[in-house]
Amino acid sequence: MASIKEQFEIPGKLKTWAYALIGIGGVALLYGMFTQGFSTDEHEQVHFWGTLMYNTIFWTLVTNAAMFFLCFSTMAQAAWMQSFRRIAEAISTLVPVFGSITFAVLIYVVVSEKHHIYHWLDAAAVAKDPILKGKAGFLNPTFFIIWTTLAITLWSYFGYRMRQISREADENPMDAETAKSFNIRSMTRSGFFLVWFGLTVASTIPWLWLMSIDAHWYSTMYSWYTFASSFVAGMALIALWVIYAKNKGYLELTNSEHLHDIAKFMFAFSIFWTYLWFSQYMLIWYANIPEETVYFKHRVQGAYKPIFFLNLVVNFLAPLIILMKRSAKRNFTLVAFMAVLILFGHWIDFYQMVMGSLMKDHVTLGWLDFGILGFFVGVLILMVARSLASKPLIAKNHPFLKESIIHQV
Amino acid sequence: MAQKKFVVGCFDDEKVLFPAVKQVRTAGYKIKDVYTPFPVHGLDHALGMRETSLHTAGFIYGITGTTTAISCISWIFTKDWPLNIGGKPHFALPAWIPIIFELTVLFAAVGMVMTFMWLCQMAPGVKKHHFHKRATDDLFVMVIECTEKTNAEDLKALLASNGAVETDIQVAEDGWWFGTYDNDDDNLYKQVAH
Repeated sequence: MASIKEQFEIPGKLKTWAYALIGIGGVALLYGMFTQGFSTDEHEQVHFWGTLMYNTIFWTLVTNAAMFFLCFSTMAQAAWMQSFRRIAEAISTLVPVFGSITFAVLIYVVVSEKHHIYHWLDAAAVAKDPILKGKAGFLNPTFFIIWTTLAITLWSYFGYRMRQISREADENPMDAETAKSFNIRSMTRSGFFLVWFGLTVASTIPWLWLMSIDAHWYSTMYSWYTFASSFVAGMALIALWVIYAKNKGYLELTNSEHLHDIAKFMFAFSIFWTYLWFSQYMLIWYANIPEETVYFKHRVQGAYKPIFFLNLVVNFLAPLIILMKRSAKRNFTLVAFMAVLILFGHWIDFYQMVMGSLMKDHVTLGWLDFGILGFFVGVLILMVARSLASKPLIAKNHPFLKESIIHQV
Repeated sequence: MAQKKFVVGCFDDEKVLFPAVKQVRTAGYKIKDVYTPFPVHGLDHALGMRETSLHTAGFIYGITGTTTAISCISWIFTKDWPLNIGGKPHFALPAWIPIIFELTVLFAAVGMVMTFMWLCQMAPGVKKHHFHKRATDDLFVMVIECTEKTNAEDLKALLASNGAVETDIQVAEDGWWFGTYDNDDDNLYKQVAH
């Protein structure tokens, strides 16, 4: 293993791209903020803050999905992902960064009482609305702020603890006893993250951040749907970075066997996402109760119809057909293409989840959306690359590493 | 079904088995099969077996299931016996998707199991010759079918020199027959001479 390149060096081209994206995106973001975000017109305010909200929430949840991947793999004592675990760790370092942006945006929206975004912020309306009154124990500014703060802080903290323990595998070779206690401690730490993840991403956080935009409406599938969306996009992001690093001559121990398993996750969770998409849609369609169908009315029959069905084609049909074959999952070019497509598809999904409720009558997809997306992608590229460069690419004394090297599907 | 002559080599270690497989194949012999107590990673590759087509068959069965479900349900609900169910359109695709999905899975699963049984010649009551009792316990049993050109003694020596712990020449039944394992050993090992 002497010839392994352990140190990632950030290619100059990558930096240029990242700075260019941050520059262009940052200009769009600031321009949008001053012309629309702080404008006196409510539609413009809703447009800007809504756009920023879905972008920042999307990227926070996607980067957090990388840590979720590490934690459930650790819990299952999975070995195959050890050869590229530092990629997932580097992506998860973005959680505090994007989490802070999400925190700032959401707290601003709640504190400045933007009730055109969150209707439940309008105290006068809540007082004479029996449905909102019934939900007030959960949907109120105090609980929102406390729970958001706790969620982001603890994701970051438990994620940090997981990355810390992974560093122990860099130092000295472990004997059997040390390896055993290392394994148990890793599992304990991942347990904390997983339990908190279940209480937030898989349940309360999507209710608070996204579903409460339609304050009267609710769906019991919503959080799982959001989780599936962010997790499959997270796997696509890991795949992209693995392929990029591999392309630059790093990750010698990761090969098409590992790619096959990553692509399996992309394939399987695309179908899992569709399962939840359909379960949510079908039950509401079948029952046909106006207070529930209101969510789909303008999505299926109104302005959002093209986006709504594009969503299904990109996130279900394309992965189903293209990634089904074994040879496709082992093809680096094809998986890279599918990863970009899936990331784009779920970004569009988040777009219609938020903007489809905020701007019901017209699709606003335009320079602001792509500008803010560019800003987030730029930050992501730069910071993941820096994080990769800051520690060895291989946890070379990890007790499971050998099993990962000989991994065969 | 016919009696054929086989040379059998038994190995007690994967590390010995793999180079032996390679040696026997480079020597020009065609290995009929290696019987192992558990799935051995990479052995099918070492034996030069082609990738199974079972998944292609599974895909075709699945598509058949989908087609059956769609054509059947749509014919019943739009042509044969249209019913007004909750004011829904007769062609109510969302309501059918669960059934379409279930039939796809059912056809694919049952079809693949059947195909697998057919390919492996397995069914209740179907028996085949076992080349060594310990093949299901702790021995890797390599079997080479003899042709008229094969010098069985040479091959036996080659296997032994490559680390086989036991070698054997058997004239045994190549196909399958009906029988039960509780009857007697004659049914289990259909073998003429050593």
